Amino acid sequence: MQLFLQQVLAGLANGAIYAGMALALVMIFLAIDHLNFAQGEMATFSTFIAWQLLAWGCPYWITFVLVVAISFVGGIAIERVLFKPLHNADILANLVAFIALFSILNSADGYIWDYTIKTFPTPFGSKPLFGSVLIDAHEAGMLVVTAVLLGLLYLFFSGTRLGLAMRAAAHNPVSARLVGIRVGWMTALGWGIAAAIGAVSGMLIAPVVFLDPNMMFGVLLYGFAGAVLGGMTSPGGAVLGGFAVGVIENMAGTFVPYVGRDLKLTIALLVIVAVLMVRPAGIFGRTTVSRV
Amino acid sequence: MKHLTRRRILAAAPAVLAFGGPLLSARPARAAKKYGPGVTDTTIKIGNTCFYSGPASSYGTIGRAMAAYYKMVNEQGGVNGRKIEFISYDDAYSPPKTVEMTRKMVEEDHVLLDAGPLGTPTNSAIWHYMNQNKVPQLFVSTGASKWDDPKGHPWTIGWQPNYHGEGIIYANYILKQKPDAKIGVLYQDDDFGKDYLRGITDRVGTKGPAKVALAASYETTDATVDSQIIAIKAAGCDAFVNTAIPKFAAQAIKKAAQIEWKPIHVLSSIGQSVAVTLKPAGLENSVGIVTDFYLKDPTDPQWKDDAGYKWWVAFMGKYYPNGDKTDVNNVYGPSNAATVVQVLKQCGDELTRENVMRQAANLHNFQVPMLLPGITINTTPTDFAPVKQVRMARFSGQRWELFGPLLTGEIG
Amino acid sequence: MTTPQQETVALGVAAPAARQAMRLQTRHWVLAGAIAVALVLPFVFQGFVVFQLTEVLIYGLAILGLNLMTGFNGQFSVGHGAFFGVGAYVTAIMMQRWNVPYYWTLPPAGIVCFVVGILFGLPALRLRGLYLALVTFAAAVALPQLLKFHGLEGWTGGVQGIVVNQPDVPAFLPIIDADQWLYLFTLAITLLMFWGASNLTGSRTGRAIMAIRDHEIAAAAMGINAPLYKTLTFGVSALYTGVAGALSALAVQFVAPDSFSLFVSINFLVGLILGGMGSLPGCLFGGLFVLYVPNIAESLSRGLAGVAYGVIMLLVIFVMPSGAAGFARYVGGLLARHREVELPAHRATPNAVARPAQRVEHQRAESAEND
Repeated sequence: MQLFLQQVLAGLANGAIYAGMALALVMIFLAIDHLNFAQGEMATFSTFIAWQLLAWGCPYWITFVLVVAISFVGGIAIERVLFKPLHNADILANLVAFIALFSILNSADGYIWDYTIKTFPTPFGSKPLFGSVLIDAHEAGMLVVTAVLLGLLYLFFSGTRLGLAMRAAAHNPVSARLVGIRVGWMTALGWGIAAAIGAVSGMLIAPVVFLDPNMMFGVLLYGFAGAVLGGMTSPGGAVLGGFAVGVIENMAGTFVPYVGRDLKLTIALLVIVAVLMVRPAGIFGRTTVSRV
Repeated sequence: MKHLTRRRILAAAPAVLAFGGPLLSARPARAAKKYGPGVTDTTIKIGNTCFYSGPASSYGTIGRAMAAYYKMVNEQGGVNGRKIEFISYDDAYSPPKTVEMTRKMVEEDHVLLDAGPLGTPTNSAIWHYMNQNKVPQLFVSTGASKWDDPKGHPWTIGWQPNYHGEGIIYANYILKQKPDAKIGVLYQDDDFGKDYLRGITDRVGTKGPAKVALAASYETTDATVDSQIIAIKAAGCDAFVNTAIPKFAAQAIKKAAQIEWKPIHVLSSIGQSVAVTLKPAGLENSVGIVTDFYLKDPTDPQWKDDAGYKWWVAFMGKYYPNGDKTDVNNVYGPSNAATVVQVLKQCGDELTRENVMRQAANLHNFQVPMLLPGITINTTPTDFAPVKQVRMARFSGQRWELFGPLLTGEIG
Repeated sequence: MTTPQQETVALGVAAPAARQAMRLQTRHWVLAGAIAVALVLPFVFQGFVVFQLTEVLIYGLAILGLNLMTGFNGQFSVGHGAFFGVGAYVTAIMMQRWNVPYYWTLPPAGIVCFVVGILFGLPALRLRGLYLALVTFAAAVALPQLLKFHGLEGWTGGVQGIVVNQPDVPAFLPIIDADQWLYLFTLAITLLMFWGASNLTGSRTGRAIMAIRDHEIAAAAMGINAPLYKTLTFGVSALYTGVAGALSALAVQFVAPDSFSLFVSINFLVGLILGGMGSLPGCLFGGLFVLYVPNIAESLSRGLAGVAYGVIMLLVIFVMPSGAAGFARYVGGLLARHREVELPAHRATPNAVARPAQRVEHQRAESAEND
């Protein structure tokens, strides 16, 4: 029982890592209707900027705000410079651009900051919480920040004009344009927000997994799985999906005999595919109705 | 030895005459000039493959550090007056790419030898090819035990202590401390992880009283190894062999401390760097951990007045200023390259592929600045494992303290 | 230097409904010429270049498999490296464990991949877009784990992989070496399979497959059995990529889990898109790109090889947003406009099949509506 509880909590801690990335993926999906393969690398790059600022002596919270702002502007800049020219090209042309961006950022990280792992400070401390060995302060902090981010996003999308305009632009660009929404800038805004969320999740993940150029590659895989499981159109679903992936994976690794330990990721993916068979648009996803 | 050399001179003479080469053999020990592919009076061309891009690009610095070392050798006059032309290609840790680039260097660039190619699956992919075509695959940068096979693969030779042998050494240490230990192992689901694990299980055996209670693997895409550490602790292990790469080794140390688990903790040489692994894990969490060394850890303060370390810092500063001075890969690269240069020196003017292999199997007490004091490189025609010895060390909280004699990883 | 000819080869194959007998005839000549050049190539270059060309053909064939599914049927896959790997392992295991001659291993490799493809195609019936991508992605992520799994080590060799013997030159061809023989063998298989794909896409079945891509509901309304065709396309696509994988085991003479990482799938995708979706000759361009461009990138900058590769990819996609095939069509269109002055008959010909460029436009308008 103790083992079970510990594995669930460890799974939730990992899940918090995946959830942040899943949230960024869903954000960009809502804005551009596609998966950004370079999302993880963008987050890593942001985290390296933060690391550099901290190394230069900038206080943590100032760095945090600065990096979120830099990432927001950077996300918009990437959309304007790289993806706006591809606006009329096939959606798959964008995919090549994502992969190119992935390759560029990953290689640049290593060139500028080297490949050895770096420590990244946590604002929450790493003392065990409630005197127990089950969860520490940083892990708890991550859970709280993820929840706050989710709440903010919910308010933004359902409570603000801008949020509504963004949804409209992604959902039906032609009609949105007709009612006066500047669709191009809404897309850019989506990039900015996704990059900012990525930066937050990068800065929260780095104290746990350590910072290196490949920090986000595995996280992106799991984050993608989590986002799909929860439903690509649902931010809340993505977060829950991320947590679910973390827990399922640990359960498979611990309790599935013989194959579990070596194939836990495979088993986790199988579970997700099985769920998708029942809910083809993810657990909380909206099924798109197509008009003929 | 002398007898052999004289015979070689006789055999070489007609060939040299046929090519109209000048007969300038000044010293009797050195044969008349005899060149294999890629060698001229002024240059020696050697090849290499390394991971400059792709998922394992963090190891690309090994190739760059090697290139820096050859640059230094050239600036200091080269090897017996010949400059080394080092051609290193990117294989992105993809075996098919290794085959392509190796064939390019052998068939188009006509290199004399392949020097320190990186990676186990990548070297496995060209193993056959190199031996069929009789091209030296020299000092491969991987610790799989299969490279020490002079009979089956006389054109391939390893360099570092092999992971299997290190596994045996770790098990030896644990069994000495605790004959009935329940051992937990964290390993990468990969060639080197499984080699370590095999070494440990081979030594521990199945008869007891000690046993490997749980071996938990991780993939490099895992976010953390927390789940594995929890499982190993839950299995009741009182000894822990941590063979992970620095990122996961550090996580494991941190997690073990967090869940207040204090086993006999052995850390493999892959993840033993003070700055790269132990600092991130927390130096206070790392006290008492045991490991084995063959290279000097450049981040360990105990070496700061060591002549070899001083040489290395000067070398890095002058020839590889962008290189990360906390990265043990930047120690590995030049140490491996130094061995290649030694072989070329020993070859004298007989720079043929056959002689390269003969000299590679004829290294005696060769010293490299960044190898641990007392460890030298030795090979014979039946022993293709250049670096065999290691020493155990225990972490004091600031630095590694070496203890015990030099060890080799053999059962018995 | 081989690119223009090979591109033309495939162009000839790609437009089965060529509108003019005369044009068809020129295409046949171009095709014949290109095959002749392809046959001469191994005798002009040395061993390793022949090996590289063999790999280009293999990657081209693998990308063709992906193209059948993504380009022609509109199903998105980020996991074709898995089928490539399965094909390679089938050949390696049959040759090295069961001593089967290499040429007999290709059909089983294809059949195994066909079956695996069908199995993966079943979920595809309910899933689309990114959700489908996850299924294929799962295959690509899981395969290396399965290959390393201790329960299967007896077959797969685990992390150590399997060394494959190079196919011997047949006795009736004593004058060529093993590299040249493997190239010719691969060329023959590749031509055969491109010919098959050309026939498939030009047939009734092919039109049904493309109709599903363009509008699945409308296609179903017209009486096309969409689930059947989608599943079959998945299987055939996997078969093509699997046979390419089998050939790669022969060429590389080694298979290991690390040879079939997720990056292989991503490379295929890049090759497909840069070559041109829905274009058969584009596949060979894609093969050339994924083999040679990383080498070029590395020669530009060692420390920043990844940056150079990414920048080249971006440049290519900016210049040719619909891939090399789209670019060729664009250039061809410019030339044709010149000629139309002399030959007004072109225009009068009925348009049997919508040209791919128009299809893309059509599809985009459609998807905008669907949302």
